[in-house]
Amino acid sequence: MATNDPVFGAGGLGAGQNALGGDNYLSHGHGLKSWLLTLDHKRIGVMYLVSILASFFLGGIFALLIRTKLLTPGSSALMDANTYNQMFTLHGAVMIFLFIIPGIPAALGNFVLPLMLGAKDVAFPRLNLASYYMWVAGALLALLSIATGAVDTGWTFYTPYSTTTNASVITMVAGVFVLGFSSIFTGLNFVVSIHKLRPEGMSWFRMPLFLWGLYGTAIIQIMATPVLGITLLLLIAERALGVGIFDPSLGGDPILFQHFFWFYSHPAVYIMILPAMGVISELVSVFSRKHIFGYTFIALSSIAIAVISFLVWGHHMFVAGQSNLASMIFSALTFMVAIPSAVKVFNWVATMYKGSIWLATPMLYVLSFLFLFGIGGLTGLFLGALAVDVHLHDTYFVVAHFHYVMFGGTVIAFLGGLHYWWPKMFGRMYSELWGRVGALLVFVGFNTTFFTQFVMGSHGAPRRSYHYLPEFQTYHQLSTIGSYLLGMGFLVIAVNLVHALFRGRPAPANPWGGATLEWRTSSPPPHDNFAATPVAGDPYDVEAWAFDRQLGGFVPRAGGSGS
Amino acid sequence: MQVGSGTLSLGHDLVAALFGRAATQAGGGFWMPVQGSTGAAAVDRIFDLILWIAVFFFVLIVGLMVLFVVRYRRREGREDAEKSASHNTALEITWTVIPILIVIAIFAWGFKAYLDMNVAPANSYEVLVTGQKWKWLFTYANGHVDENLHVPVDVPVRLVMTSEDVIHGFYIPAFRLKRDVVPGRYVRIWFRAVKTGEYQIYCTQYCGTGHSDMWAKVVVHEPGGFERWLQEASDFLKNMPPAEAGERLYRTRGCAQCHTVNGAVGTGPTLSKLFGHQVALEGGKTVVADENYVRESILEPQAKMVLGFQPVMPTFKGHLTDQEITAIIEYLKTLE
Repeated sequence: MATNDPVFGAGGLGAGQNALGGDNYLSHGHGLKSWLLTLDHKRIGVMYLVSILASFFLGGIFALLIRTKLLTPGSSALMDANTYNQMFTLHGAVMIFLFIIPGIPAALGNFVLPLMLGAKDVAFPRLNLASYYMWVAGALLALLSIATGAVDTGWTFYTPYSTTTNASVITMVAGVFVLGFSSIFTGLNFVVSIHKLRPEGMSWFRMPLFLWGLYGTAIIQIMATPVLGITLLLLIAERALGVGIFDPSLGGDPILFQHFFWFYSHPAVYIMILPAMGVISELVSVFSRKHIFGYTFIALSSIAIAVISFLVWGHHMFVAGQSNLASMIFSALTFMVAIPSAVKVFNWVATMYKGSIWLATPMLYVLSFLFLFGIGGLTGLFLGALAVDVHLHDTYFVVAHFHYVMFGGTVIAFLGGLHYWWPKMFGRMYSELWGRVGALLVFVGFNTTFFTQFVMGSHGAPRRSYHYLPEFQTYHQLSTIGSYLLGMGFLVIAVNLVHALFRGRPAPANPWGGATLEWRTSSPPPHDNFAATPVAGDPYDVEAWAFDRQLGGFVPRAGGSGS
Repeated sequence: MQVGSGTLSLGHDLVAALFGRAATQAGGGFWMPVQGSTGAAAVDRIFDLILWIAVFFFVLIVGLMVLFVVRYRRREGREDAEKSASHNTALEITWTVIPILIVIAIFAWGFKAYLDMNVAPANSYEVLVTGQKWKWLFTYANGHVDENLHVPVDVPVRLVMTSEDVIHGFYIPAFRLKRDVVPGRYVRIWFRAVKTGEYQIYCTQYCGTGHSDMWAKVVVHEPGGFERWLQEASDFLKNMPPAEAGERLYRTRGCAQCHTVNGAVGTGPTLSKLFGHQVALEGGKTVVADENYVRESILEPQAKMVLGFQPVMPTFKGHLTDQEITAIIEYLKTLE
């Protein structure tokens, strides 16, 4: 162990340090209680990770059941229409509220953010733990709603349908309400941490772009989630007390619900994608072995997205009956939010130019992201154009579009990030070969599943349909085959990562040559993260790190400006 | 139904798709269904334009990405990146401004066509549309109600739409026409059909169990044909034997969505072998299904609930005339 390492600091850990045998956050404290009552952001991150992956698994099972039913156009012995309606509602609600919104911020973000800041923990560790338990409480309520009859409203809970169908809506909506607090707590914690805990040398514009992404996300979480909370309370009030807010038969306005709902849920789309963009910014630089291109544009585009995202909710209502003037303004603003995303994509591609592109598993996810998010973003142009949206709205085209953005974007980036930080989290390397096989299967399976849905949708196939016309059967069957491939891809990924936990090669401190601070501590990190507070340098000075064959990881380049 | 007859000729259509034609063939294209209205052609033109733009940027991004991966792949003797700039403000402003100009153009096209879509010509023929779980009803100027939308070709038609219960979505893919139908308010849309034939109508706003069964047809008649159809259809009570007229009402007024005539249990009890038989009610009583029982069940569905069913049937008071109810009763008598 080096005692005065130029990078790891005085009393720090050696460059190749793997801490599995010694003191690390995993071995610091034993027993269930040491986990359940932990204030360590790393352990909370891991608990979040396990929980959201369980949710992802559940949501995925719902999806596979839906796809299996859709092999045939008529009624199916697998499930009747009511069960199908509950399935797609649960698939949507579980994937959005339990998995993808907390996904990157609460699981990866919780683990990585304080490490990137060179800090010991987030600003409010107890609030962090409270956030996790709010998530658990919300998730339990959501599961309880299945037992009490299961919601069949779609994840959007549109009134007056949601105020007239079965009563488990209240349980589910209460669950989402509680989950909102979990999200607000995380956001609050991240904003304060980023403002107050940045180390010496880390000015705003020397902050890793992942933190910019999380910062933008946190702003939206804090500002938009309360609106969802109030809306859901009003919905419960209408259902339980008969107060007429949304139901026209009680004197309410059903379109008002849509305004309230999308005022949160559209910015929420950016809660999902902004951290994913942050992950991609980290990965593309590290695996191109080159400084990120256009740092300032990428950083500011995260903030631009966060701000504009509040002003585009009306594009979910182009056919709902809002005024032409409102539609015009929302359409124009929707196109504006495309710009910062496009800028990011150009910058990522430019980062690869003249790099030394290392096609390790996380980089395959970056390439996959650029391909899929490219399609997701560009198909948004069709939906932003008013006249074309009228045709495509509520068809499979929209389903394909948001899966390309949410899955092709966020989930792919999440997988990339998971493979990138896995060695840091658990101190072991996974099999590169199987990592790549998993990435490839997911890529092929995803496109087979969802590209067909674009074609189906532009031909007019409505979403959320138990029965469909026989002319769409070929597309549906292709899509279902794709979903099975996708499932296999996830199985490969899961086996590979879990196998690594037990049999993987011990990971060095910096297996990929990242220049952000989390790579300057051992894998896995000690309980207090760093022996001494590190001094931050340029987070994208990856060229200051060189690969050490003997070590299987990166070490500061001799004579380089490693710190 | 002419939509998407070319589902299987994907290869041929792929070529068409790459050349950015949304729907030029009679049976629709790789992307779009057949063009059945004047509005459809306008929408498809914009769709084509956006498709071109999207394909261009996609090829640019993915092409460069693949090129860079191939050229700059990490390999023996290429462990490090070459020196290159880490930012270039002029370049970055360029690739911010050009997309802004492009999306402004797309926005303008989309908005203009949207306004055209929303402003009906003054001389439009008007049909009242009612959405209801889970059927569409079309009411014509003379009071005739039908389960399908019949319209004349080459005449602007305005639909005045409302919902009886929850939000529904009225959608005709061949006309590129869609609008949510909201309870408690009227919305208007219009179209001018350009080709005779039958086209699909869907419900696109999720509305419960039967959402995906809420289908209907637009029947576009040749000149003169529409008037003939309306005359004939309106007089069916006079022209048909009551039981046949009742069967027609059973089909067209939404009874069939919940009540089968083959003995199977639906959302409501079957109508097969109902008339003249004992019916077990909630609360333990039984009743004989005679004319008065049937009439009451239609006008006040919750008055006598059949054992084992939910009180979900809407009243048909004001929707069915006495003459029509009598015809339905005559039809039920034939279902022995």
